[in-house]
Amino acid sequence: MSSHSNAHVAHHFENAEQQRQSAQLGMWIFLVTEVMFFGGLFAAYTIYRSLYPEAWVVGSHLLSIKLGGFNTAVLLASSLTMAMAVHAAQTDKQKASANWIILTMLLGFVFLGVKVVEYAGKIDHHLVPGPHFFVDPMAELAKLEAAGIQVGQHLRHAFEGANPNHIQLFYSLYFAMTGMHAVHMIIGAGIMLWLLVNTRKGVYSSQYFNPVEVSGLYWHFVDIVWIFLFPMLYLIGRH
Amino acid sequence: MSDHHVIPVRVYLTIISILMVLTVVTVWVAFLDFGFLNTVIAVGIACIKALLVVMYFMHLKYSARVLWLYAGAGAVFFVIMMALMLSDYRSREWFPAPAAWEVTTTAPATSAPH
Repeated sequence: MSSHSNAHVAHHFENAEQQRQSAQLGMWIFLVTEVMFFGGLFAAYTIYRSLYPEAWVVGSHLLSIKLGGFNTAVLLASSLTMAMAVHAAQTDKQKASANWIILTMLLGFVFLGVKVVEYAGKIDHHLVPGPHFFVDPMAELAKLEAAGIQVGQHLRHAFEGANPNHIQLFYSLYFAMTGMHAVHMIIGAGIMLWLLVNTRKGVYSSQYFNPVEVSGLYWHFVDIVWIFLFPMLYLIGRH
Repeated sequence: MSDHHVIPVRVYLTIISILMVLTVVTVWVAFLDFGFLNTVIAVGIACIKALLVVMYFMHLKYSARVLWLYAGAGAVFFVIMMALMLSDYRSREWFPAPAAWEVTTTAPATSAPH
């Protein structure tokens, strides 16, 4: 328990540590609701994948592992820079903390930029669900073979048996899941901007860094969502 | 109470290295054929990565135990939701629906449960 009076401790808290733990608990409760929110999307994904496995194989083959993998690395790196921002704030290195926050925000924008490129590609290839959705699994199979990719028996069966309407369902879930994730990234970038302004103002110190810490929890959670989205959307059924 | 527990930077660097290696591994194993185990492996690796982020980047390992309760509750309720929804969807075709429920269909269910 800290004995010195602290201007940052709100009157209804006993001390700074209690205030900090309350802030953490509040953010964790919010994150549990977020788990259930994304959980609904993951449940829909799992059920339809178990009903239409062939369509999921085809849908996943039309996504770019290079772009998805690159984005995974970018987001993991942004989690590191976020952790470093909290670390710097905890150790009274506010200038360094501001720089780590900027870097985190920039990596977030790189992720979103790559996502824009991916979405543009899907629009070009008529893979956006709706009246203009069009996919010909056999033509896609021919493209894979033309690219010199080894097409096994299992994969051939999937492409032959896939119903285009079910592939459209895969893309509905792809856009819903990555879209909701991207919305969280945009909100995260806004939070980073707010943290940056406050850090520059000198609001945070080793005695008070709760907003940096709980914003970090949110950022890492969004990273975790992508950790699951990447294999489930891009890698499933590649063999 | 661990007042202001500051995790050394080298721990963060170790964790990010493991996370990057696991990302490469998950892409690599996706191209090998393990049958239904491919999904198990992909989700398993993702769970390990998520656990590393939660424990170290989100400091849960060094946090008050009440936070473990809440983080655990999130996982438990997610599993309950998945288990109940999947057991509903996957068991629907096991038994024919009672004839009285077949209002909109023309042919009543005749096949025996398989």
